[in-house]
Amino acid sequence: MQAITAESIEKKRRSRSILVMSILAVLIFTTFIISMNTGVIKLTPKDLFMTLFGQGTDRQELVLFQFRLPRIVISMLIGAGLALSGCIMQGITRNALADPGLLGINAGAGLVVMLYVSYFPTTANVPVFFLPMLAFGGAALTAFLIYVLAYKKHEGIMPTRLILTGVAVAAGISAAMIVLTLRLNPEKYQMVATWLAGSIWGTNWKFVMALLPWLLFLIPYVMTKAQTMNVLNLSDATARGLGAHVSREQLKLLAAGVALAASCVAVSGGIGFVGLIGPHLAKRLVGPKHQGLLPASALVGALLVLTADTIGRWAIRPSEIPTGIVTAVIGAPYFLYLMTRTRG
Amino acid sequence: MSTRSNKTSNGSKPAEADAAAMNATMQTSSVSEAQQSSHSYHPAFSGTATTTPSSHAPIKSRPIAATVVLFGGLIALVLGLFLSINFGAADISFKVVWQAIFQFNPELTDHQIIRELRLPRVFGGAMVGASFAVAGAIMQGMTRNPLADSGLLGINSGAGFMLAICFAFFPGLPFMSVILFSFVGAALGAGLVYGIGALAKGGLSPARLVLAGAALSALLSALAEGIALYFKIGQDIAFWYAGGVAGTRWDQLQVMFPWVVVALVMGIVLSRSVTMLSLGEDIARGLGQRTGLVKALCAIVVLILAGSAVAVVGAVGFVGLIIPHLTRKLVGVDYRWIIPCSAILGALLVIFADIAARMVNPPEETPIGALIALIGVPFFLYLARKERREL
Repeated sequence: MQAITAESIEKKRRSRSILVMSILAVLIFTTFIISMNTGVIKLTPKDLFMTLFGQGTDRQELVLFQFRLPRIVISMLIGAGLALSGCIMQGITRNALADPGLLGINAGAGLVVMLYVSYFPTTANVPVFFLPMLAFGGAALTAFLIYVLAYKKHEGIMPTRLILTGVAVAAGISAAMIVLTLRLNPEKYQMVATWLAGSIWGTNWKFVMALLPWLLFLIPYVMTKAQTMNVLNLSDATARGLGAHVSREQLKLLAAGVALAASCVAVSGGIGFVGLIGPHLAKRLVGPKHQGLLPASALVGALLVLTADTIGRWAIRPSEIPTGIVTAVIGAPYFLYLMTRTRG
Repeated sequence: MSTRSNKTSNGSKPAEADAAAMNATMQTSSVSEAQQSSHSYHPAFSGTATTTPSSHAPIKSRPIAATVVLFGGLIALVLGLFLSINFGAADISFKVVWQAIFQFNPELTDHQIIRELRLPRVFGGAMVGASFAVAGAIMQGMTRNPLADSGLLGINSGAGFMLAICFAFFPGLPFMSVILFSFVGAALGAGLVYGIGALAKGGLSPARLVLAGAALSALLSALAEGIALYFKIGQDIAFWYAGGVAGTRWDQLQVMFPWVVVALVMGIVLSRSVTMLSLGEDIARGLGQRTGLVKALCAIVVLILAGSAVAVVGAVGFVGLIIPHLTRKLVGVDYRWIIPCSAILGALLVIFADIAARMVNPPEETPIGALIALIGVPFFLYLARKERREL
């Protein structure tokens, strides 16, 4: 009897997940359409439709295919990537407040990318494919540093200390960035400054191509780990008792999470709080099981960044608000709300 | 407060006994502090063992070390002032500097540079350093939070946010009004962080308050950046976020000076009460303190100090974190010494950071906020590690 109830609950949850995800997909599609219509140059829905099917003017095609579409695609990709990364971090640290931005991983990735962009001469020929790799190097180093600094004998890693260390390391890295950026010439400085504020700067297909392989590899990999993550979400001892290689799996997942965050940051710059909000909203919608949670997080993340980017382009047109600012304005209050909710 | 309890539990018993013995001998001969030091071989050590003559509370205080810090600090401060005035992009000889100060001749460019650029900058740096450090000391004592700092708890970014609003909506306000905006902003930041602390179930630990401060700073600076972008005042605001004493003007100092002096004096007057509060609110109340009133006064002092400092140099963090801890190491836990010594050491830190800021990458200047953060972050990490309680 009990088995049947458990099964029926499972079934219910699954159908709910599917429903939620289809609604999310519809929302994303709607925002996608709205976002394509948003911008300085007006495109009516009819123009848009015509252009998509190759009937538009050259100018319309240029605007749509070379400016708006790549940017929209990138927004969705980094949203999904950052949210998944946050989901992994929250899972393996068992800490509701974990986020690659707060943990300082984004800052580490950013520092390396910034150093590269600013100290290698020709910005036009920056091998874009190289950026995510560099970012990953920087992010991995930072993650290691934070882990070592937060680790204490006999106590291991305490969640709040981990985040506190991350916040501090991020502050240190951004101070170092300020000191370094001042040596740059004004043009490069401007470029780095916009990048740091989290405006999606890599708005052409090259960046999409640089980011895509990482996500195509990492997202399916993380999805296959859903069951492991469910187990790891229990206490270390329980997970070990259930036959999981706890530290090995944690390390693999951490590496995946860091790689996801780093490759996204390499393209997007400092976009914070998506990795925090995405998984939380997803958890409310589909429950804590990672089979549903992971894809739902990715979708929520994609929707969030796409919306933030659209708002950023629309709110003070003709100029733009960097997406990172929009996500911070949405995300920080949510974080504060979470703080009053979680005990510590 | 692990540091404090450590000290009292580890070292206080023998030190107490020592002190009692010493006081006994001293009372008979009634020697002054100066004589005490001449009697002992290690002045600093004898200072450690002596409680302040007026109170016999089990508080470890080192009046002699404190006096040394106070006077040594003042001498170093004067040296720092001269060094800072001498040092700059324009090469000006010491003699000319001397003349510019004491026999000012408005026709000479060098004299103008000294008078109009370097002097206000140095005095501004000193005042700001003292303000941040004392604000931090009072916050740490009052809230018993070792991680309290006006930068970490969102006060600086609150002030910065209000400054952004001020520049966007009321451009060209006199500095007198700007500084009032800054006070309001500081109060906003502090109020929000402590409001979140009060709303949280079971209150917030020091570390979580810092997290709340970080999130609030992220929010306020994002909003300020948005405002700056919309009103195209990015350049004016960027300066406040980077933090620098380079643009300090005499008229700003004129407005700031009375506020800072009044707040510092208030801080020193309150220092005895802060010491009691630092022992715990119950103890303070048991000793007859009106804790509500004292806390409110302390909060006002902190807001005035942090607000006016931010209005002049921008959101410079970590001064209020590092200096009070350092001072406590040097002079013990009595806030009657900590507050004045913090003021002097804070001024020293900012003045030397400013000299360094000019040396790192001449002729460009590096924001002192970034330089101090580079020292402050490792220090913060060290404190966060030492914190024993469940964070």
